[in-house]
Amino acid sequence: MRIVVQEAPFDFGQEAEAFANGRHDMGAIVTFTGVVRDFGQGGLDAMEIEHYPGMTQKALEKIASEAVSRWSLGDALVIHRYGRMEPGEKIMMVATAAPHRKDAFEAAEFLMDYLKSRAPFWKKEHARTGKTDWVAAKDEDEDALNRW
Amino acid sequence: MDVLYFAWVRERIGLPKETVTTTAKTVAELVAELRAREDRYELAFSDLSALRVAVDQELTDFDASIEGAREVAFFPPMTGG
Repeated sequence: MRIVVQEAPFDFGQEAEAFANGRHDMGAIVTFTGVVRDFGQGGLDAMEIEHYPGMTQKALEKIASEAVSRWSLGDALVIHRYGRMEPGEKIMMVATAAPHRKDAFEAAEFLMDYLKSRAPFWKKEHARTGKTDWVAAKDEDEDALNRW
Repeated sequence: MDVLYFAWVRERIGLPKETVTTTAKTVAELVAELRAREDRYELAFSDLSALRVAVDQELTDFDASIEGAREVAFFPPMTGG
């Protein structure tokens, strides 16, 4: 299990390849990556992500450990960035390895649902107009946790 | 103990971290003390349903004990991923 919290960009292809490489007993590798999305008409200048340095790593480890034990994963990877990112930049990625795809997919979804609502990150949108807005958590994100 | 603020809570209070000497035994008691200080605290803590709290870097609730705690953090619901 590897958990990385960093400001710098990461190479999604290289990370996915390194994660998948050399596993002879894992039939399924699932990866997901989250990307800064413009809200239309080129209105978004940048996304700024704040985090809680002392807590973030521990919170991510706890979430990933639970995924590994619940789905008997061979391995899990979480990379999450903080700082300022422009539309199109990758914010984060998860990867899961399991003998069968159902477990790998479910564990990746579980990781994503928990990362959204239980990892101490906060997103702030900087519009081209100069306006800034903290992204509000959605009720459906909280509700998504109940399915697990 | 250290009290930390993140995101709009940090912006409303105007600082990321401060050291607080308190006799409060729970998060709720600490919040009451902070609210009584100044308007900017009252404003930041006016709707507790919009806030989350961590004691010593573990998510908890407003009834939680802070006795012996080193660090209490207040922030809005998280928006990771």
